Amino acid sequence: MVIEYSWLIPLLPLISFVVIAAVGKKTREQGGYIAVSFVGASFILSVLTVLEVMARSAAHLPPYETSTGWIVFQNFSLEMGILVDPLSALMLIVVSFVGLLVVVYSLGYMHGDAGLRRYFAEISLFIGVMLGLVLANNYLQVYMFWELVGLCSYLLIGFWYQKPSAASAAKKAFIVTRVGDIMFLVGIIILFTQFHTFNFVQLFEHAEGANTGVLTLATLLIFGGAVGKSAQFPLHVWLPDAMEGPTTVSALIHAATMVKAGVYLVARSYPLFHFAPDALLTVAVIGGITAILAASMGLVANDIKRVLAYSTISQLGYMMLALGVGAYTGAMFHLMNHAFFKALLFLCAGSVIHTVGTNDMREMGGLGKVMKITSITMLLGALSISGIPPFSGFWSKDEILAATYEHNLGLFVLAAITAFFTAFYMFRLWFMTFSGKYRGRGQPQHLHESPKVMTVPLMILASLAVVSGFAIFTGFSGFIFFGESHGGVEINYVVMPLSILIAVSGILLARAVYYKGSPAPEVFVATRARKALHRMLERKYWMDDLYIGFAEKVFYGFSLALDWFDKKVIDGVVNGVASATVKLSGAADWFDIYVIDGVVNGISRVTVAAGQTLRKVQTGLVQQYATVMLIGICALLILLGVLGW
Amino acid sequence: MIPLNYYIMLSAVLFCIGVYGILTRKSAILVLMSIEIVLNSANINFIAFSAYGLGQTQPQGQVFALISIALAAAEAAVGLAIYFVLYRTHRTINVEEVNVLKW
Repeated sequence: MVIEYSWLIPLLPLISFVVIAAVGKKTREQGGYIAVSFVGASFILSVLTVLEVMARSAAHLPPYETSTGWIVFQNFSLEMGILVDPLSALMLIVVSFVGLLVVVYSLGYMHGDAGLRRYFAEISLFIGVMLGLVLANNYLQVYMFWELVGLCSYLLIGFWYQKPSAASAAKKAFIVTRVGDIMFLVGIIILFTQFHTFNFVQLFEHAEGANTGVLTLATLLIFGGAVGKSAQFPLHVWLPDAMEGPTTVSALIHAATMVKAGVYLVARSYPLFHFAPDALLTVAVIGGITAILAASMGLVANDIKRVLAYSTISQLGYMMLALGVGAYTGAMFHLMNHAFFKALLFLCAGSVIHTVGTNDMREMGGLGKVMKITSITMLLGALSISGIPPFSGFWSKDEILAATYEHNLGLFVLAAITAFFTAFYMFRLWFMTFSGKYRGRGQPQHLHESPKVMTVPLMILASLAVVSGFAIFTGFSGFIFFGESHGGVEINYVVMPLSILIAVSGILLARAVYYKGSPAPEVFVATRARKALHRMLERKYWMDDLYIGFAEKVFYGFSLALDWFDKKVIDGVVNGVASATVKLSGAADWFDIYVIDGVVNGISRVTVAAGQTLRKVQTGLVQQYATVMLIGICALLILLGVLGW
Repeated sequence: MIPLNYYIMLSAVLFCIGVYGILTRKSAILVLMSIEIVLNSANINFIAFSAYGLGQTQPQGQVFALISIALAAAEAAVGLAIYFVLYRTHRTINVEEVNVLKW
């Protein structure tokens, strides 16, 4: 029973973290091979676990759960435990697989970096805590790993901390997600006060018939946490900046670990959301808004990684939208496919950056000739994310679109426009990077394909990006579902042709503008209105400016008011108190000298006088003492006789 | 048979003589001897009550007298030793001159 050892899955990368931190400097690649072997072992164990979960699921056995008391109080206890159900199993395989490929790829990409040991230690930790998060069987444990994931993202985004932009991006990521984390914490505390447990299974049993208001509040707060981690509107601002980290880290954050935690959390809490329809609607609306906002910002970005970042936000919005409209299976399906093609796209981008030495697509171009593997694998990834059949993205996107179409037509329009944007910006990226002439500095001769250690993970991921969509035909929906499995594939004959049409038209537009040059890209800024629109997208809807402006103007003004208050009122009170204290002390001093000291001195004088008098009794003559004693005894005896005691 | 009262009276007289000696003698040796008289008056009481008390002979009184004698011997030895030291330091055993035990 491999499943009983599933607790080893998160533990192995954590051990790797400790080992690399301790002795990494002395090993090859400063710990890179240690990280690869431990994460690899974790991956193998995950595969075995998943196979067993599949067998259990086919046999209709309940999910595997085990737990142990952690902090035991008299009337309740906090537990630590493992829950391996199909959802965890899916996440396990995605996280450990993408994690493994990223670590292998890092051997080539990060080669020669000064902080290599730190890099491999932190990335092991990152993978380990993410695996721990998906295996947790209660909210408290999830929350702890949740925070650790946040910490790791901070460390890795700020990996090149000497760069001020990287340091501030790390801080931004940490602080923005913190807003969500607090909401999440409040949410689980509400759940605990209501149901007296953190355990998922027990909570979900209580959820039915619980007070809808409380449930809605709690689930909205939990969703708030997911909004922070999964970079949903309005807390999406940290993710594009998170590109300051190494590209491998971006790949990991975007494909497997950080941002997927939010989607996972909502999926995990789905039985709670199910009984809070208002919360579900909120999830859907936020998801839809995020999808289209982020996709539109991706249209104009010139940084290759930023385009991918916007695309991630947009795809996460899709997943949230799917969860919101009840397409649980579709959301998780898209999560899996997205993990593969987004990891692929990022690692391809990394390969390009590795060669060209810049992130700016305006300085690329013509790379298709020298980087054949990268360009072809990236093309496959782009086709997949754009939703061209039979690539994986098509199947999951179609599920989501169909479910949205049935659920809410307004959201469907948003999702369809997003799909068009997605196809356009992905191919804009591809054509700008790989076709045409090299526009960068220097001669194109020094350009070369990346080493094998980088291209092999690309090819593996590319093949998955092509085929992972077929999982829907091999029982995916019978494996991961909420409520009733709807079985096989349902084809919506309105949505499917429409989605293909949208994707193809997006690609064709990108091809016309960025490959053929007719119309030239300048067409987008030809008129004033278009220019203004372009500018709005470039400035990211002024969201960053809004936050910074809010911080600068409102908080600064508020701070000034507080400063005034501090100087005039608080200081006035403090000074008043001080002078009052001095006066009171003067009075106390007088009292001390004349009254207290007087009493003390008086007592001492009385004592001295009494002593002077009484000392005469002490003659030192033993016989006198004995006489007094005798008189005393006699007196007592007489008293005894007289009074008859 | 001598009545019990006689013994008690003897004992009382010896006790008073002893106490008088303790209170009035100047020589420490005589004070010690007076103490011995007081002890012996108590011993007479023990023996007398042992023989006459409560209608039958009680051995405890005699045993107690023996212990008391042994204690008196020990006490005399200790007392004499103290007087030796006293003489060495003060060159006197006159209790009125040894009055350092005050304030």
